[in-house]
Amino acid sequence: MSTALFPLWRKPSALPGFGLTMGYTVAYLSLVVLVPLLMVFIKASSLDWASFVTAVSSPRVLASYRLTFGLSLAAAILNAVFGFILAWVLVRYTFPGKRFVDALIDLPFALPTSVAGIVLAAIYAPNGWVGRWFEPLGIKIAFTPLGIFVALTFIGLPFVVRTLQPVLEEFEREQEEAAACLGATRWQTLRHVIFPAVLPALLTGFALAFARAVGEYGSVIFIAGNIPMVSEITSLLIVTKLEQFDYAGAAALAVVMLMISFVLLLLINTLQWWLQRRHSGRRASGA
Amino acid sequence: MSDSLALSRTLPQATKARKADPTDEPALVKAILIGVALLFFALFLVLPLASVFVTALGKGFAAYWDGLTNDDALSAIRLTVLIAVIAVPLNLVFGVAASWAIARFDFKGKSVLTTLIDLPFSVSPVIAGLTFLLIFGRQGPIWDFLDAHNLKIVFALPGLVLATVFVTFPFVARELIPLMQAQGSEEEEAARVLGASGWQVFTRVTLPKIKWGLLYGVILCNARAMGEFGAVSVVSGHIRGETNTLPLHVEIEYNDYHTVGAFAAASILALLALATLALKLWAERKLAQDKAARREDAVQA
Repeated sequence: MSTALFPLWRKPSALPGFGLTMGYTVAYLSLVVLVPLLMVFIKASSLDWASFVTAVSSPRVLASYRLTFGLSLAAAILNAVFGFILAWVLVRYTFPGKRFVDALIDLPFALPTSVAGIVLAAIYAPNGWVGRWFEPLGIKIAFTPLGIFVALTFIGLPFVVRTLQPVLEEFEREQEEAAACLGATRWQTLRHVIFPAVLPALLTGFALAFARAVGEYGSVIFIAGNIPMVSEITSLLIVTKLEQFDYAGAAALAVVMLMISFVLLLLINTLQWWLQRRHSGRRASGA
Repeated sequence: MSDSLALSRTLPQATKARKADPTDEPALVKAILIGVALLFFALFLVLPLASVFVTALGKGFAAYWDGLTNDDALSAIRLTVLIAVIAVPLNLVFGVAASWAIARFDFKGKSVLTTLIDLPFSVSPVIAGLTFLLIFGRQGPIWDFLDAHNLKIVFALPGLVLATVFVTFPFVARELIPLMQAQGSEEEEAARVLGASGWQVFTRVTLPKIKWGLLYGVILCNARAMGEFGAVSVVSGHIRGETNTLPLHVEIEYNDYHTVGAFAAASILALLALATLALKLWAERKLAQDKAARREDAVQA
């Protein structure tokens, strides 16, 4: 029955089960993800334009955007720098405990965010393991925006390392030898040969870390202090609005955050496409 | 400058001047880079992990044990396991179906579908929880119906499961799709030509090929399902002993200044995270072995 005619939008295949699996995929995706997300837009549209604008651009909300995006950016930059060093060291050098380090890099992916939150708050508190060294210098980390920065760095740490590692591993040493033969110093080789080759991967990892940080909630709220206008992130503001039963206001904020996430997703996909194209282009033309 | 040319190997006096491998860094630079990397690693990963266990056991083992085995903690553990037992198989079945449709057939809109499957990863967990609150909550469109039939979705188990399914949605599918695409479908087609039914093709040909990838996806999916905080927090209502999962229990204990209770629960979750990392490494190794074996077969054929 199903073999009689193939619709124009798919190629014929000898394998069965397309209708069943495709139907199930689309139905499940719609029910669990698409319809719920659509509901956010429907709820937000129950506000008229003026109240929507007020909901997403009151001073307290604007302060939360500045904090969330500013600190996410700062944390992603720190992760790009140290992630590069970590990936480099893990790929190029040998040192004791290397496999342990490599395995533990993924900890922020596996550790529940509330655990990360209370632990970081405990360590960076004025009497904590790290916080006590900063306390005499007059620097408070936990319960200030600096604490949020620490939490966002923690949860974004694996992204840069894990996107850079395979690219560095596949990088051909011959290119470095060629550069050295042509008289380049090690620094020049790094800057003009290696760095341009891994830049797309570095940017992808950076964007992934940034995107994750923007939406982060669990690990931040414990260490942030959550003072309105000072250390209140946008995700927390959504929760606060929900607790006040301002569902429409929460949905309006969610719409803004979703739009920004979609733009970031688009950016990451474009970067990855660029990365793949460059990679395969080099393969085809080189060797 | 040019004395570092490859030619210099033939000139003994130049080799003495410059022994270092030109594609390697000086030992001092290496040591500094390793030091910086390890310091960052220790500060952000080792210290937090150690702190969980040290704080949990800080008041002695009896207090730790009590923090783990009181009624609230036990019911939180039970609920967390129950949610994972429901949510993970749901996403497992979906992941297999989606990757069969996407990796075994060519159709228009494939890349859009793949992007949509990844969508939950780029949605903030708080927003994931919010969506279900908007649908099933008191202000939602079907509240009257739910209320009339005494159906509880949010602030009850179904809401917790839905939020968990949402945030763990892509894990299995995103592991399987690239794996199955790379493997191709020649073997399945051959089995089909030889008279195998669709189900036989799947269980006897496809499943053995993808089992490690499947396991890998399930491990990650389960870790997130048991550890999710933000999405679950929004739909939970925080009813002690009823809708508190283990990650939420950590929060409540912490906010009540029950440090040992909070860190005892946290230590269970940290152990789960470590077990996840170990299992993940194991599955990765099996996956790599499988891939190498298949490549060898292909070469021999």
